[in-house]
Amino acid sequence: METGFVTFVIISIVKILVIVVILLMAVAYTVLLERKLVGRIQNRWGPSRVGPFGLLQPLVDGAKLFLKEDLMPTAVYRPLYIIAPMIALSCALMSISVVPFGANITYHGVDLFQITDVNIGLLVILGITSIGVYGIALSGWSSNNKYSLLGSLRASAQVISYELALGLSLVGVVMRAGTFSLRDIVNVQATHGLISWNFFGGFQFVAFFIYLMAAYAETNRAPFDLPEAESELTAGYHTEYSSMKFAMFFMAEYANMITVGCVATLLFFGGWSSPFGHLFDNILTGIAAQAVLPVFWFVLKVFFFLFLYIWVRGTLPRFRYDQLMGFGWKFLVPVAIANIVVTSLWMGILLPVQ
Amino acid sequence: MHLALFIVFGALCVAGALNLLFQRHPINSALSLIVVMSSLAVLYLLLGAEFLAAAQVIVYSGAIMVLFTFVIMLLNAGAEERTHGSKMAYIAGIPGAAILVSLLTFIFLSNRGSFAQARIGDYMVTTRDLSQVLFRDLLLPFEVTSVLILIAILGAVALARKEH
Repeated sequence: METGFVTFVIISIVKILVIVVILLMAVAYTVLLERKLVGRIQNRWGPSRVGPFGLLQPLVDGAKLFLKEDLMPTAVYRPLYIIAPMIALSCALMSISVVPFGANITYHGVDLFQITDVNIGLLVILGITSIGVYGIALSGWSSNNKYSLLGSLRASAQVISYELALGLSLVGVVMRAGTFSLRDIVNVQATHGLISWNFFGGFQFVAFFIYLMAAYAETNRAPFDLPEAESELTAGYHTEYSSMKFAMFFMAEYANMITVGCVATLLFFGGWSSPFGHLFDNILTGIAAQAVLPVFWFVLKVFFFLFLYIWVRGTLPRFRYDQLMGFGWKFLVPVAIANIVVTSLWMGILLPVQ
Repeated sequence: MHLALFIVFGALCVAGALNLLFQRHPINSALSLIVVMSSLAVLYLLLGAEFLAAAQVIVYSGAIMVLFTFVIMLLNAGAEERTHGSKMAYIAGIPGAAILVSLLTFIFLSNRGSFAQARIGDYMVTTRDLSQVLFRDLLLPFEVTSVLILIAILGAVALARKEH
């Protein structure tokens, strides 16, 4: 009993460390991916000097941010100014804790590819991301700068408005799975490969596109990047931040992108399940293949969503503020509600009563 | 484990509530209220109401309090001025509070027997149980409450409407 608890704690700590390190590396290389891809979209090379293909650029950037002077403007409200980037980053890193990365493989009774499987996993992610907006809101207010304040006001209004559509778009998936546990939601979709994924077989593609658009707005990414619109607000809410405090906002933004990619993968694209279902289970029997292949599929799908993020950023112009609000309230929310009604009617008529 | 968490978050909840009253700047008070709401969510979780805990964080800490801070930031509210308060507050408030506290203590102590069996961590209310109670057994009160909220929204719209 006692040794079992000790192994549980040790394995959990190792697991958390590994996942956080991988997540931070992924964040660093997503930045490089974005710079390269946007570069190619704009017909230029992007970073190419540091290391082969510019692959060492993130490390150099990190070193630069560490070594820069950490400026503290005189008129800021100090406690909130310091705590705001911490809120943003810690919320962004915490939400990864309920995401299952691979098949359910246990070692000494501890799940290897998920930090923790809770019954309300999806709600935990929604809750943590809804707390994360305080980082942006407080940073703008405490900076004592008009641009920052405008940026954070925009961010709060935008996040509140789009959170509604985001939450409603996930209801269809939850109804189909009958649970909030992310692992169970994936298991429901893992039966027949591609055709049992919620996007294809579950006819939740409307919900998926609503989720995608609302999530882009939640993470303040183009075309919804009004809180940090460079051409209007210099840099928006993080205008007054420098050095590692700025880097924390930056990392939070990219970690949130990765979380959105993970949630989209888990809810609509079958999570770690293979698109071929159990077709090749006879050939790939080794424990390594059983453990590694799901992680491969998961990473591939998340990478696709990160690519999509950057593609959209390089393609679409920014919304105007009234367009943003109108789009969220007058289009996304009604369509999300219609999706719930249609899904429940479909389930009520076609599926047998349990 | 449950007891330790209960003590920590109960203390945090009370400390946040006291800080809310003592802080002079509205944004600090709002942040203390967020701490109170979030600690309450942990207390719900300890009582086994996981859905309620998540809803508490999403709705209260994540949405309503964001609106609070939004309004405070929008109006750029400054630090409030200290007043000595009205005499009535001292005359009626302190005895009132004392009576309330002693009444509650008396009720809790005299009914100690019925609390004795219930321990933190005994119950686990799944979302399925909650939805069955809410949408099957108590459907009518639930729907009536939603109509009530609709009335409030209509009232707000009527008040905010510009006269042409």
